[in-house]
Amino acid sequence: MPSSEDWINNPLGVVDGIFGKRQESDTNLADSNVPSLNDVPLHYLKPNSLVKFRCMVQDMFDPEFFMGAYETVDPSTNSKELRCGKYKDLVKSQQVDFNSRNIVTSERQTFYCVPIPGESQWNSYACSSQARVVPSTSYTPHRHKRSYEEDDDMDMPNVDSKRLETEAPCQNASSSHCSSNLDLNFPLPGERGPACLVKVYEEWDSFRLNDMLEVFGVLSVDPALSFIADDKEVSSLLDPTDTMETAEEQRAHSPPASLVPRLHVLYAQPLQHNNPLLPSAISEDKAFLSGFLSELNSVRGELLTYLTHVLLGDALAAEYLILHLISSVYARRDVLPLGKFTLNISGCPHNSSYTEQLCQIIQHLMPSSYRLCMSLHNMNNLPMVPRKDYTANRLVGGILQLASNTSLFLDETQLEQGQLDATGVRNITALGNLISWQKVDYDFSYHQMEFPCNINVLIASEGRSLLPCDSQVHLRPTVSPPNVEEYLKAIQLAQLPSHLNKYRVYLTVARLLDYSISEQVTKAVEEDFVEMRKDNPQSISAEDLHRMLVVARLLSLSYGQTTLSRDGWIKAKQLEMVRTSRTQQQECVNGNEP
Amino acid sequence: MSSPSSSARKRVRSTASEDPLTPRPHGAQESSTGELQPLPTSPGTDLQSLAPQDTSLFSSPVPRRSVSQSEVDASSPLIYDTPSRGTPARQRPDLGSVRKAPQVDLCSEPVSGKAAGQNAGQKLVIWGTDVNVGTCKEKFQRFLQQFIDPTSREGENVSLDLNEPLYMQKLDEISVVGEPVLNVNCGHVQAFDADLYRQLICYPQEVIPTFDMAVNELFFDRFPDSILEHQIQVRPYSALKTRNMRSLNPEDIDQLITISGMVIRTSQLIPEMQEAFFRCQVCAFSTQVEVDRGRIAEPAVCRNCNTTHSMALVHNRSVFSDKQMIKLQESPEDMPAGQTPHTTVVYAHNDLVDKVQPGDRVNITGIYRAAPMRVNPRQSQVKSVYRTHFDAIHFRKTDERRLHGLDEENEQRLFTEERVATLRELAAKPDVYERLSSALAPSIYEHEDIKKGILLQLFGGTRKDFSQTGRGNFRAEINILLCGDPGTSKSQLLQYVFNLVPRGQYTSGKGSSAVGLTAYVTKDPETRQLVLQTGALVLSDNGICCIDEFDKMSDNTRSVLHEVMEQQTLSIAKAGIICQLNARTSILAAANPLPHTLLSRFDLIFLMLDPQDEAYDRRLAHHLVALYYQSEEQVEEEYLDMAVLKDYIAYARTCVSPRLSEEASQALIEAYVDMRKIGSGRGMVSAYPRQLESLIRLAEAHAKVRFSDKVETIDNECAFIKPRWQYLNM
Repeated sequence: MPSSEDWINNPLGVVDGIFGKRQESDTNLADSNVPSLNDVPLHYLKPNSLVKFRCMVQDMFDPEFFMGAYETVDPSTNSKELRCGKYKDLVKSQQVDFNSRNIVTSERQTFYCVPIPGESQWNSYACSSQARVVPSTSYTPHRHKRSYEEDDDMDMPNVDSKRLETEAPCQNASSSHCSSNLDLNFPLPGERGPACLVKVYEEWDSFRLNDMLEVFGVLSVDPALSFIADDKEVSSLLDPTDTMETAEEQRAHSPPASLVPRLHVLYAQPLQHNNPLLPSAISEDKAFLSGFLSELNSVRGELLTYLTHVLLGDALAAEYLILHLISSVYARRDVLPLGKFTLNISGCPHNSSYTEQLCQIIQHLMPSSYRLCMSLHNMNNLPMVPRKDYTANRLVGGILQLASNTSLFLDETQLEQGQLDATGVRNITALGNLISWQKVDYDFSYHQMEFPCNINVLIASEGRSLLPCDSQVHLRPTVSPPNVEEYLKAIQLAQLPSHLNKYRVYLTVARLLDYSISEQVTKAVEEDFVEMRKDNPQSISAEDLHRMLVVARLLSLSYGQTTLSRDGWIKAKQLEMVRTSRTQQQECVNGNEP
Repeated sequence: MSSPSSSARKRVRSTASEDPLTPRPHGAQESSTGELQPLPTSPGTDLQSLAPQDTSLFSSPVPRRSVSQSEVDASSPLIYDTPSRGTPARQRPDLGSVRKAPQVDLCSEPVSGKAAGQNAGQKLVIWGTDVNVGTCKEKFQRFLQQFIDPTSREGENVSLDLNEPLYMQKLDEISVVGEPVLNVNCGHVQAFDADLYRQLICYPQEVIPTFDMAVNELFFDRFPDSILEHQIQVRPYSALKTRNMRSLNPEDIDQLITISGMVIRTSQLIPEMQEAFFRCQVCAFSTQVEVDRGRIAEPAVCRNCNTTHSMALVHNRSVFSDKQMIKLQESPEDMPAGQTPHTTVVYAHNDLVDKVQPGDRVNITGIYRAAPMRVNPRQSQVKSVYRTHFDAIHFRKTDERRLHGLDEENEQRLFTEERVATLRELAAKPDVYERLSSALAPSIYEHEDIKKGILLQLFGGTRKDFSQTGRGNFRAEINILLCGDPGTSKSQLLQYVFNLVPRGQYTSGKGSSAVGLTAYVTKDPETRQLVLQTGALVLSDNGICCIDEFDKMSDNTRSVLHEVMEQQTLSIAKAGIICQLNARTSILAAANPLPHTLLSRFDLIFLMLDPQDEAYDRRLAHHLVALYYQSEEQVEEEYLDMAVLKDYIAYARTCVSPRLSEEASQALIEAYVDMRKIGSGRGMVSAYPRQLESLIRLAEAHAKVRFSDKVETIDNECAFIKPRWQYLNM
């Protein structure tokens, strides 16, 4: 229980404590009542009200010292009063006794947060339907984001570059009427949404860059905050230290509050996943879990059928695609990431928009995803690796700055012959490092800094991909529809939204399940390995065993089994054998070609 | 110093808080202001609170100010009243540019309490501190006269006699060179007088001027005829208070702190007005006004002719000091994983301006400041955030010392005593060698010998300097080549090592050119200035350069490595730049087939093969499966933490430098002779002196693993496993 002293000295802290407890007992309450910055436009929200924000930490600014407690003097009565300075940006200067000895200097940390990059539309829809807006406003949620229909309109060959082109101007248009060339620094091109300066008051060391967070806090949008930044002449006149900051730095660190609101954190929880169809703390929600596990196998069957259709009747590729979609780096042994499963689907039709549509189908299944067209132009020009801009003193986002379990779809069919320049080589290296080590080396100009990541990379290519990958499946179509686009559209339309939702829940649940191997099965696996090597040492290497163990893990999880059984191991082995034999056949075919 | 009375105590206080030890202007100026003092009108007015709210800058606070000033000028013990014989004092904006003064009403403050209960008369202290100027000065003079540091290994003390008082020799140097700056190692002060050190750390703004005063007295006593540009300034460095930017907190404000980091941006030179010069446009009477916390109180009335608003600022005759803003970023080594580096602002003043460039690694000693809130009259609200910065007192480049090859004593990571105890405990265990090698890359199966070899490489041999006898430096670094079939986790080992060492570089032979490895010269398009860009080998000086796909490297590129691998230097002769850079780097290379040219320069060559026997397969399978089923905790129990390993290596590298014992060297000689014999039987040379050196290095590295200062026979025995390997493969 908070004592009376706590209430006097730190009322917001007490509120914080109560709020935190409330969170633990009933997450849904907070979810449903608190308006979300993700869905409600900023001008519909009351200043200094409680809001929530689902976001990713994009940059971490320097800690700042502020007046944690200060004293005000009432000019009429001359009486002094001690006040708390937490959870606000501004104090009324007239009344503050700046010379008081009772001023307490405290420290807080600012994070620059953006909405989770690459969130799919269905994800946002689901969220906005859940969040109830403050009843006093007559606002109905209306999204600027592209809808399904619009998406489908863009089914043309080579769409991605077009999309970039068409989106770039409209993004400029939307931001230019708000402010002059203010870059909100989203990692992915064409993203929109509120960015936020999140001020954390305690335990900021536990936050990591690229963490997914759900933040509850006090919204601060006082125009005075931006006034200080905008009206530089006035402030610099009075404060010579202001002139030491470059204009870029000021713009990056104190952007107008109308565009980048401040959020003073009362409670922040790291998100395991950003799938709104699931409770946020899934591993604790036993009821939900057991309920879903009972129907898991049937959902898997349906999803497999769906994906088989999508992959032109290739069931093996569909199987591997499921394994890929539920893969996740669950641990690291020194430099080695365990559990990653990069898949290369080769043999994709080149001339149609097949890859484009395949990617869209994945976007409809995964909470966040991004399609990277590996065209020569993109490789040579796109900023992939985040880089520190020392003039503005901030981290400029790149495409590879993604939150955990984002699905990155690399479209290698778009790559043509030509020369890669220095940037292109760097980008390819960065992609290679991402796939092999699940890390991105951010560019700090004088040195590089390594940030571990957990990104599911799926490569679609014609031949074998030039990037390293864990597993390659050559697509073997059993149906050849005359018009691939029509065919895929028909398959998509045949899926009911309720079915799609089930698939989405399935993919997230399967990824988050715990997994173990029993002593017995371990022995069996070891025996098996020795046996295989005995016959032909070339047939299986340590790397193959690595991959088989991952496949076995993912296969078990995809059936909702949390331990590896002998059957599971044998199935995994068979699956791998089918795949490798197909790859070998393919190589033979290619070898025979002139 | 005049014996202070109780009123003097007040004055001391006022100096400390208002014009923090700004040296009074000398001679003439002082008398002119002194004579023209009007009578004190209301001495009790609270000057400080007046200043921020007084929006009209034209009402002159001068009469009121002058009261305290004139008092101060006469008798304050902090005023430069040293026997300087006309050497001008120089302002120290680094100490008092922006003073966040605890603003206290002169009259209402109960002054009597401030003597801290000491005996009245003798033990007066500066207000707000426990510093007694007299004692402090006397202590510091004693320190200068007596401090001897026989164990000093610092580069700048090379020419000095270590058995004479160190700082007296430095004063001699000042009298010869004429550079009036005395750098004082805080560690020395601490060793000499812990209390003085504490005061220096806690009240640098008061104590450093006292030091200045002390050193000037001493100096001009010894060298009365010496002519300096200005009075000597004391620059303390290496305060132990804080090393890491991340650990700065509000309690560090106004304290003397040393932080390390990397310069990322420097501003242009900013002239900062120290003293404004005003002249009356009617009668040409002139007056100087000191800038107080960034404000100039413009005199509203000419005191000579009583004309109002006749005083005009004359820029040419005002006094300015140089100032530069420097952005410092946390060193990558200090960073916790997954976070971005912090930055902090540093102001450099006067001659420290332009001392550092972006990219430099520096240790900065300075005072941590929080600028007071500034109230903008046009706004009713104010941001409740303090701006913080450092006022730099001393810069020390850490990479400069690397360039000159001096000892990295100061660079060593500071280990807590407990940590050292844990490490020593670990070192005392008989199987420490095995333990450490198994902690190395636990995810990679077996290859125990290779891991041991890499472990020795991480520790390195002892650096020997034979430049006196003309043979130059002997390589201490151990180079290793891993050869083997594809898919035998060579790259993974390289990645692991690259992640383990602080100054590691990772390149691939396929992707690197000779210039990428060494250095290249570019021309800055704007300034047309030639800039030397260093490559991977130079960047991994004192570290390990991991080169993957060594065989894919072009011959041209590989030949560059010849010099680096034996001489440990890189010679550049390009576009008018001729220099030799240190590249004391160990090389860990991985290759598929053997490249021949560089073979003898590798101390160890390992063949990584797929053994293809059942028992091996079984163990391998077990290892791999375990990787997937063991939980994180289980693994940690089994192996040493990577952090412990890192610390262990860092400690051994900096603190242990083993030498060969008599028996050990005998044993080595015999072994070498044996090796030669093997070859001579077959009519060929089977061992080269290089291999003997190699053996010595390995033995030394093994002694380092044991934290032993002596190479003994057991080190030899361990080192001997390797050469046999080497033979098999040659």
